[in-house]
Amino acid sequence: MMSFVSYLVNGLSLGSIYALIALGYTMVYGIAKMLNFAHGDIIMVGGYAAFITMATSWCPLWLSMLITVAVCTVLGVVIEKVAYKPLRGAPPLAVLITAIGVSYLLQNIALLTQTANPRTFTSVAAGAPPFMLAFEGKAPLFFTNAADSPYGDLKPVLTISMETFLAIVVSVVIMIALTLFINKTKAGKAMLACSEDKGAAQLMGINVNGTITLTFAIGSALAAVAAVLMCSTYPQITPYTGSMPGIKAFVAAVFGGIGSIPGAMIGGVLLGVIELLSKAYISSQLSDAIVFLVLIIVLVVRPTGIMGKKMNEKV
Amino acid sequence: MRKQTKNNLITFIGTAVVFFGLAALSQAGQLNNKINGMLVLIGIYVILAVSLNLTVGVLGELSLGHAGFWCIGAYVSGTVSLILQNSPNVAVPDWLRFTAALIAGGIAAAVFGVLIGIPVLRLRGDYLAIVTLGFGEIMKSLANNIYLVMDNNGLHFGFTQAPELAENSEGAKELLRGPIGMSAPQDTNIWIVTVVLLICLAVLMMFIDSKSGRACMAVRDNYIAAQSVGINVTKFRLMAFTISAAIAGIAGGLYSHSISLLAAKTFDYNKSILILVFVVLGGLGSLRGSIIATIILYALPELFREVGQYRMLIYAIVLIGMMIFNNAPFFIQLRERIGASAPVQRIKGMFKRDKKTAGGAE
Repeated sequence: MMSFVSYLVNGLSLGSIYALIALGYTMVYGIAKMLNFAHGDIIMVGGYAAFITMATSWCPLWLSMLITVAVCTVLGVVIEKVAYKPLRGAPPLAVLITAIGVSYLLQNIALLTQTANPRTFTSVAAGAPPFMLAFEGKAPLFFTNAADSPYGDLKPVLTISMETFLAIVVSVVIMIALTLFINKTKAGKAMLACSEDKGAAQLMGINVNGTITLTFAIGSALAAVAAVLMCSTYPQITPYTGSMPGIKAFVAAVFGGIGSIPGAMIGGVLLGVIELLSKAYISSQLSDAIVFLVLIIVLVVRPTGIMGKKMNEKV
Repeated sequence: MRKQTKNNLITFIGTAVVFFGLAALSQAGQLNNKINGMLVLIGIYVILAVSLNLTVGVLGELSLGHAGFWCIGAYVSGTVSLILQNSPNVAVPDWLRFTAALIAGGIAAAVFGVLIGIPVLRLRGDYLAIVTLGFGEIMKSLANNIYLVMDNNGLHFGFTQAPELAENSEGAKELLRGPIGMSAPQDTNIWIVTVVLLICLAVLMMFIDSKSGRACMAVRDNYIAAQSVGINVTKFRLMAFTISAAIAGIAGGLYSHSISLLAAKTFDYNKSILILVFVVLGGLGSLRGSIIATIILYALPELFREVGQYRMLIYAIVLIGMMIFNNAPFFIQLRERIGASAPVQRIKGMFKRDKKTAGGAE
């Protein structure tokens, strides 16, 4: 039972990282109507940025986090301006191939500058004690350090690492902030308006280009946070680190209904939980196949995802 | 002669001349080892690209899982070949075994094409793209976990772990070894690839030029209008999807018989995307374009190995630059204004059949 809870918590943690990445996909899709295949590689760049800044001696942790977010945000905006903006109004497949080109470009720059050798990432929560739960009779006991426990011989039944905890908390905070930003501020409402109808939004005086840039900036900043959280939990980084989580998050975004922000959150969390539970109870080699199988089943039953709106095609 | 027929004939004869010419040069020892090694792979990628063009260009649906069908074909035909080769009481000549293996690969991929096509083709656009991507990854994972051992008691199948053999097992031979992969006999050469490529090309041309092919294009150009004139949309979509899958399966058969060790991780989604890049840059719906683009895009980075580590970087930049230059509204206007568009359009006209594009958002 407790091992199930432990898997569930780990799944929630992985899922909230997926959700952060999926938010970037879904926001960009909602507004620019494009699949940003390079999003996964922005995570990789974020991972390297954090790795390099944390390795220097002069840079405190908070500053290196800030630099990581800044690097990813600037990168996202630059990619949008240079590669995607000239193609506005071009056929969607052309934009898709350009995004694939950007993804190759980022991977190869990383390959040339950082080599293909995997780097070991130091966790941002390195040294922090895990949370532990034990039972004394019926009463649950929480403690963070086994030595601190007044009941020294008590074995913890549930241990949650600081990284797992951090991923969940940070993601929840960010998601709440993002939801508030989109629903309460002018810029956020402009984003919603643009995703509904770009032409009408422009007529209402919304700066559509600025809004698209803002969307890319926010999406990339979220990717930076996800990069730090992910590399802390799975501390290996190579030029291809971003591609599989990128694809999974893309699946999560589709799962929840692409273009829908709550959909991306739910889709991401569900995907993480399904992945970890199938790793634990079915087969670790087949977990990816199971994730994709669930996706196919969901899409066949609900062709627009969990939260997607059903659109009737106009003749 | 109809323009369409003439066009097809030019493509067909051109491909035949180029590939048979290369094969003859390679036979005569006129090509260096680097190019020799590439020829078979180029042929296989050309088959994959023209088959994907049927889904993306003619049917108008973005598929990101073509490597999945390739994987099925490779595994099934490799396994058939290995079983026939290792069975003590079956004596088949090599050419028959290889032909049977290729056909088996094609049929297996076609069966999966129907099975996956029925649910998937209900979806459209990006949803279809992501489901095909998922399908490709599932096939890769499954192939990565299959074990097959043959001994005097017959075949033993294992999933995620090697099967346990009976006590009296003799002459056990591992045919499929999970993540390590399989080693099918090396039967493929450039002549066989060329012949198969030409057959596939002929089949595709006849299909595209047939009533069914025109129905598919009508569905691509306007789904609702096609439906309203009584075209059985599902049937023709499924038909095109299945043919595309079957040809990819045959390419898989050629592939598994061409490399010494075939591992399932080869067939990841990056391969599907690579084939898609060939198709898009060659021009949607144009078989000739796909063939030329595949040869150029596959051969160039390989030939420029001197640039060494920078070649993929250059490839990426060229890819982005070409897409922007060809498709950005700004550059199209600029070309028209300075009159540079005419020759470009004329060259493009050779490769382009239709303005409508596939997939993506609507």
